[in-house]
Amino acid sequence: MPINLYIFLALALFSIGVIGVLTRRNAIIIFMCIELMLNAVNLLLVAFSKMHLADSANSALQVVTNGADAQLFVFFIMVVAAAEVTVGLAIIVMMYRNIHSVDVNFLNRLKN
Amino acid sequence: MTITEILFWLLTVVALTGALLVVTSKNPVYSVLALIATFFAISGHYILLNAQFLAVVNLIVYAGAIMVLFLFVIMLMNLNTETEPQKNKWLKMAGTVAGGCLLLVLVAALRDADSKSTIALVNSGDTGLIENLGKLLFNEYVIPFEISSVLFLSAMVGAVVLGKKE
Repeated sequence: MPINLYIFLALALFSIGVIGVLTRRNAIIIFMCIELMLNAVNLLLVAFSKMHLADSANSALQVVTNGADAQLFVFFIMVVAAAEVTVGLAIIVMMYRNIHSVDVNFLNRLKN
Repeated sequence: MTITEILFWLLTVVALTGALLVVTSKNPVYSVLALIATFFAISGHYILLNAQFLAVVNLIVYAGAIMVLFLFVIMLMNLNTETEPQKNKWLKMAGTVAGGCLLLVLVAALRDADSKSTIALVNSGDTGLIENLGKLLFNEYVIPFEISSVLFLSAMVGAVVLGKKE
Protein backbone atom coordinates (compact mmCIF):
# COMPACT_ATOMS: atom_id res chain seq x y z
CA MET A 1 0.00 0.00 0.00
CA PRO A 2 1.22 3.56 -0.61
CA ILE A 3 2.65 5.13 2.52
CA ASN A 4 0.61 8.27 1.86
CA LEU A 5 -2.62 6.48 2.64
CA TYR A 6 -1.31 5.45 6.04
CA ILE A 7 -0.09 9.00 6.71
CA PHE A 8 -3.51 10.43 5.87
CA LEU A 9 -5.32 7.84 7.97
CA ALA A 10 -3.12 8.54 10.98
CA LEU A 11 -3.52 12.29 10.50
CA ALA A 12 -7.30 11.96 10.33
CA LEU A 13 -7.41 9.89 13.52
CA PHE A 14 -5.08 12.34 15.27
CA SER A 15 -7.16 15.35 14.21
CA ILE A 16 -10.37 13.70 15.37
CA GLY A 17 -8.67 13.20 18.74
CA VAL A 18 -7.65 16.87 18.84
CA ILE A 19 -11.20 17.94 17.98
CA GLY A 20 -12.53 15.75 20.76
CA VAL A 21 -10.16 17.26 23.30
CA LEU A 22 -11.13 20.77 22.19
CA THR A 23 -14.91 20.31 22.08
CA ARG A 24 -15.87 17.87 24.82
CA ARG A 25 -16.02 18.72 28.52
CA ASN A 26 -16.36 15.27 30.03
CA ALA A 27 -12.93 14.44 31.45
CA ILE A 28 -13.24 10.74 30.62
CA ILE A 29 -14.03 11.43 26.97
CA ILE A 30 -11.09 13.84 26.78
CA PHE A 31 -8.92 11.05 28.15
CA MET A 32 -10.23 8.62 25.54
CA CYS A 33 -9.44 11.12 22.80
CA ILE A 34 -5.86 11.24 24.07
CA GLU A 35 -5.74 7.46 23.75
CA LEU A 36 -7.01 7.84 20.19
CA MET A 37 -4.17 10.23 19.37
CA LEU A 38 -1.61 7.83 20.84
CA ASN A 39 -2.99 5.05 18.67
CA ALA A 40 -2.80 7.21 15.55
CA VAL A 41 0.89 7.76 16.23
CA ASN A 42 1.39 4.03 16.84
CA LEU A 43 -0.21 3.18 13.51
CA LEU A 44 2.03 5.68 11.73
CA LEU A 45 5.14 4.24 13.39
CA VAL A 46 4.27 0.72 12.30
CA ALA A 47 3.57 1.89 8.75
CA PHE A 48 6.94 3.67 8.63
CA SER A 49 8.65 0.57 9.98
CA LYS A 50 7.24 -1.45 7.10
CA MET A 51 8.24 1.32 4.71
CA HIS A 52 11.80 0.98 5.97
CA LEU A 53 11.64 -2.75 5.34
CA ALA A 54 10.34 -2.21 1.81
CA ASP A 55 13.22 0.17 1.21
CA SER A 56 15.79 -2.35 2.42
CA ALA A 57 14.16 -5.12 0.37
CA ASN A 58 15.18 -3.25 -2.76
CA SER A 59 18.80 -2.87 -1.75
CA ALA A 60 21.45 -5.55 -1.69
CA LEU A 61 21.72 -6.29 1.99
CA GLN A 62 18.47 -7.64 3.36
CA VAL A 63 18.26 -7.47 7.10
CA VAL A 64 15.21 -9.04 8.60
CA THR A 65 15.24 -6.76 11.63
CA ASN A 66 15.13 -3.57 9.61
CA GLY A 67 12.39 -1.44 11.08
CA ALA A 68 12.06 -3.55 14.19
CA ASP A 69 13.10 -0.61 16.37
CA ALA A 70 9.95 1.29 15.40
CA GLN A 71 7.77 -1.60 16.43
CA LEU A 72 9.56 -1.77 19.77
CA PHE A 73 8.92 1.95 20.18
CA VAL A 74 5.23 1.22 19.67
CA PHE A 75 5.49 -1.45 22.34
CA PHE A 76 7.02 1.00 24.79
CA ILE A 77 4.38 3.62 23.93
CA MET A 78 1.72 1.07 24.83
CA VAL A 79 3.51 0.35 28.12
CA VAL A 80 3.64 4.03 29.03
CA ALA A 81 0.01 4.52 27.96
CA ALA A 82 -1.11 1.73 30.25
CA ALA A 83 0.69 3.33 33.20
CA GLU A 84 -0.73 6.72 32.24
CA VAL A 85 -4.29 5.42 32.12
CA THR A 86 -4.10 3.98 35.63
CA VAL A 87 -2.90 7.23 37.16
CA GLY A 88 -5.25 9.37 35.04
CA LEU A 89 -8.32 7.37 35.94
CA ALA A 90 -7.34 7.47 39.61
CA ILE A 91 -7.14 11.27 39.33
CA ILE A 92 -10.55 11.40 37.63
CA VAL A 93 -12.09 9.23 40.36
CA MET A 94 -10.59 11.50 43.02
CA MET A 95 -11.92 14.56 41.20
CA TYR A 96 -15.39 13.02 41.04
CA ARG A 97 -15.21 12.30 44.75
CA ASN A 98 -14.34 15.91 45.53
CA ILE A 99 -16.60 17.93 43.22
CA HIS A 100 -19.17 15.25 42.21
CA SER A 101 -18.71 15.92 38.54
CA VAL A 102 -16.26 15.10 35.77
CA ASP A 103 -16.87 18.36 33.92
CA VAL A 104 -13.50 19.97 33.30
CA ASN A 105 -15.01 23.46 33.43
CA PHE A 106 -15.33 23.12 37.18
CA LEU A 107 -11.58 22.65 37.41
CA ASN A 108 -10.64 26.18 36.45
CA ARG A 109 -8.92 26.86 39.76
CA LEU A 110 -6.42 24.81 41.66
CA LYS A 111 -7.72 25.52 45.15
CA ASN A 112 -11.25 24.58 46.34
CA MET B 1 -8.84 -4.04 -6.54
CA THR B 2 -7.04 -6.73 -4.63
CA ILE B 3 -8.30 -8.20 -1.41
CA THR B 4 -5.60 -6.34 0.53
CA GLU B 5 -6.90 -3.00 -0.72
CA ILE B 6 -10.48 -3.95 0.07
CA LEU B 7 -9.46 -4.90 3.61
CA PHE B 8 -7.45 -1.68 3.97
CA TRP B 9 -10.38 0.52 3.01
CA LEU B 10 -12.83 -1.46 5.13
CA LEU B 11 -10.62 -1.14 8.21
CA THR B 12 -10.04 2.54 7.48
CA VAL B 13 -13.77 3.22 7.29
CA VAL B 14 -14.37 1.33 10.54
CA ALA B 15 -11.55 3.19 12.32
CA LEU B 16 -12.66 6.64 11.19
CA THR B 17 -16.34 5.99 11.91
CA GLY B 18 -15.48 4.71 15.37
CA ALA B 19 -13.29 7.72 16.05
CA LEU B 20 -16.04 10.10 14.97
CA LEU B 21 -18.55 8.28 17.17
CA VAL B 22 -16.20 8.61 20.15
CA VAL B 23 -16.24 12.37 19.76
CA THR B 24 -19.91 12.85 18.89
CA SER B 25 -21.87 10.43 21.06
CA LYS B 26 -23.51 11.88 24.15
CA ASN B 27 -23.40 8.77 26.30
CA PRO B 28 -19.87 7.93 27.53
CA VAL B 29 -20.57 4.18 27.37
CA TYR B 30 -21.23 4.45 23.63
CA SER B 31 -17.97 6.37 23.31
CA VAL B 32 -16.10 3.52 24.98
CA LEU B 33 -17.71 0.95 22.69
CA ALA B 34 -16.87 3.01 19.62
CA LEU B 35 -13.29 3.35 20.82
CA ILE B 36 -13.06 -0.43 21.21
CA ALA B 37 -14.25 -0.78 17.59
CA THR B 38 -11.56 1.69 16.54
CA PHE B 39 -8.89 -0.29 18.37
CA PHE B 40 -10.03 -3.48 16.69
CA ALA B 41 -9.75 -1.77 13.30
CA ILE B 42 -6.25 -0.53 14.15
CA SER B 43 -5.30 -4.06 15.18
CA GLY B 44 -6.58 -5.20 11.81
CA HIS B 45 -4.26 -2.67 10.21
CA TYR B 46 -1.36 -4.10 12.20
CA ILE B 47 -2.19 -7.61 10.99
CA LEU B 48 -2.38 -6.27 7.43
CA LEU B 49 1.11 -4.82 7.93
CA ASN B 50 2.24 -8.20 9.29
CA ALA B 51 3.01 -6.75 12.73
CA GLN B 52 1.42 -9.67 14.49
CA PHE B 53 2.96 -9.14 17.92
CA LEU B 54 1.73 -5.55 18.06
CA ALA B 55 -1.73 -6.57 16.85
CA VAL B 56 -2.11 -9.03 19.70
CA VAL B 57 -0.62 -6.65 22.28
CA ASN B 58 -2.93 -3.90 21.05
CA LEU B 59 -5.95 -6.14 21.49
CA ILE B 60 -4.91 -7.39 24.93
CA VAL B 61 -3.67 -4.12 26.41
CA TYR B 62 -5.95 -1.54 24.80
CA ALA B 63 -9.19 -3.27 23.87
CA GLY B 64 -8.91 -5.67 26.78
CA ALA B 65 -7.43 -3.95 29.79
CA ILE B 66 -7.60 -0.20 29.29
CA MET B 67 -11.12 -0.06 27.90
CA VAL B 68 -12.43 -2.33 30.66
CA LEU B 69 -10.86 0.10 33.14
CA PHE B 70 -12.68 2.98 31.44
CA LEU B 71 -15.98 1.08 31.54
CA PHE B 72 -15.48 0.28 35.22
CA VAL B 73 -14.87 3.93 36.09
CA ILE B 74 -17.85 5.13 34.05
CA MET B 75 -20.21 2.59 35.54
CA LEU B 76 -18.92 2.95 39.11
CA MET B 77 -19.44 6.70 38.99
CA ASN B 78 -22.84 6.36 37.31
CA LEU B 79 -21.82 8.53 34.41
CA ASN B 80 -23.76 6.60 31.80
CA THR B 81 -26.42 9.26 31.66
CA GLU B 82 -26.42 12.11 29.22
CA THR B 83 -25.66 14.73 31.80
CA GLU B 84 -23.25 16.85 29.84
CA PRO B 85 -24.78 20.32 29.63
CA GLN B 86 -24.92 21.94 26.27
CA LYS B 87 -21.89 24.09 25.74
CA ASN B 88 -21.77 27.26 23.77
CA LYS B 89 -22.32 26.27 20.14
CA TRP B 90 -19.71 28.74 18.93
CA LEU B 91 -17.03 27.24 21.13
CA LYS B 92 -17.78 23.80 19.75
CA MET B 93 -17.60 25.12 16.21
CA ALA B 94 -14.33 26.90 16.96
CA GLY B 95 -12.82 23.67 18.29
CA THR B 96 -13.92 21.78 15.20
CA VAL B 97 -12.54 24.45 12.90
CA ALA B 98 -9.24 24.45 14.78
CA GLY B 99 -8.91 20.68 14.47
CA GLY B 100 -9.87 20.82 10.81
CA CYS B 101 -7.24 23.48 10.19
CA LEU B 102 -4.63 21.27 11.89
CA LEU B 103 -5.63 18.37 9.63
CA LEU B 104 -5.51 20.61 6.56
CA VAL B 105 -2.07 22.00 7.35
CA LEU B 106 -0.57 18.60 8.15
CA VAL B 107 -2.05 16.97 5.04
CA ALA B 108 -0.83 19.82 2.85
CA ALA B 109 2.63 19.61 4.39
CA LEU B 110 2.99 15.85 4.17
CA ARG B 111 1.27 15.23 0.84
CA ASP B 112 4.40 15.79 -1.22
CA ALA B 113 6.89 14.77 1.44
CA ASP B 114 9.88 13.01 0.01
CA SER B 115 10.55 9.68 1.63
CA LYS B 116 13.01 6.93 0.90
CA SER B 117 10.32 4.60 -0.28
CA THR B 118 6.69 5.27 -1.10
CA ILE B 119 5.44 1.79 -0.39
CA ALA B 120 4.62 0.24 2.95
CA LEU B 121 5.18 -3.47 2.72
CA VAL B 122 1.99 -5.39 3.45
CA ASN B 123 1.43 -9.10 3.87
CA SER B 124 5.14 -9.90 4.02
CA GLY B 125 8.28 -9.26 6.00
CA ASP B 126 9.27 -10.97 9.21
CA THR B 127 9.95 -7.80 11.20
CA GLY B 128 6.81 -7.90 13.26
CA LEU B 129 7.05 -11.51 14.28
CA ILE B 130 7.56 -12.14 17.96
CA GLU B 131 10.85 -13.96 17.43
CA ASN B 132 12.66 -10.99 15.90
CA LEU B 133 11.10 -8.44 18.23
CA GLY B 134 11.88 -10.56 21.27
CA LYS B 135 15.51 -10.97 20.31
CA LEU B 136 15.87 -7.23 19.85
CA LEU B 137 13.91 -6.41 23.01
CA PHE B 138 15.96 -8.63 25.28
CA ASN B 139 19.32 -7.78 23.74
CA GLU B 140 19.49 -4.10 22.86
CA TYR B 141 16.44 -2.75 24.65
CA VAL B 142 16.68 -4.68 27.87
CA ILE B 143 17.43 -1.61 30.01
CA PRO B 144 14.33 0.34 28.88
CA PHE B 145 12.36 -2.85 29.39
CA GLU B 146 13.51 -3.12 32.98
CA ILE B 147 12.94 0.59 33.58
CA SER B 148 9.38 0.22 32.34
CA SER B 149 8.76 -2.31 35.09
CA VAL B 150 9.79 0.35 37.62
CA LEU B 151 7.42 2.73 35.85
CA PHE B 152 4.58 0.25 36.28
CA LEU B 153 5.39 -0.17 39.94
CA SER B 154 5.36 3.59 40.53
CA ALA B 155 2.13 3.95 38.55
CA MET B 156 0.54 1.25 40.69
CA VAL B 157 1.65 2.93 43.90
CA GLY B 158 0.45 6.29 42.58
CA ALA B 159 -2.97 4.93 41.66
CA VAL B 160 -3.39 3.34 45.09
CA VAL B 161 -2.31 6.53 46.87
CA LEU B 162 -4.63 8.68 44.75
CA GLY B 163 -7.60 6.34 45.07
CA LYS B 164 -7.29 5.89 48.81
CA LYS B 165 -9.90 7.58 50.94
CA GLU B 166 -8.39 9.91 53.47
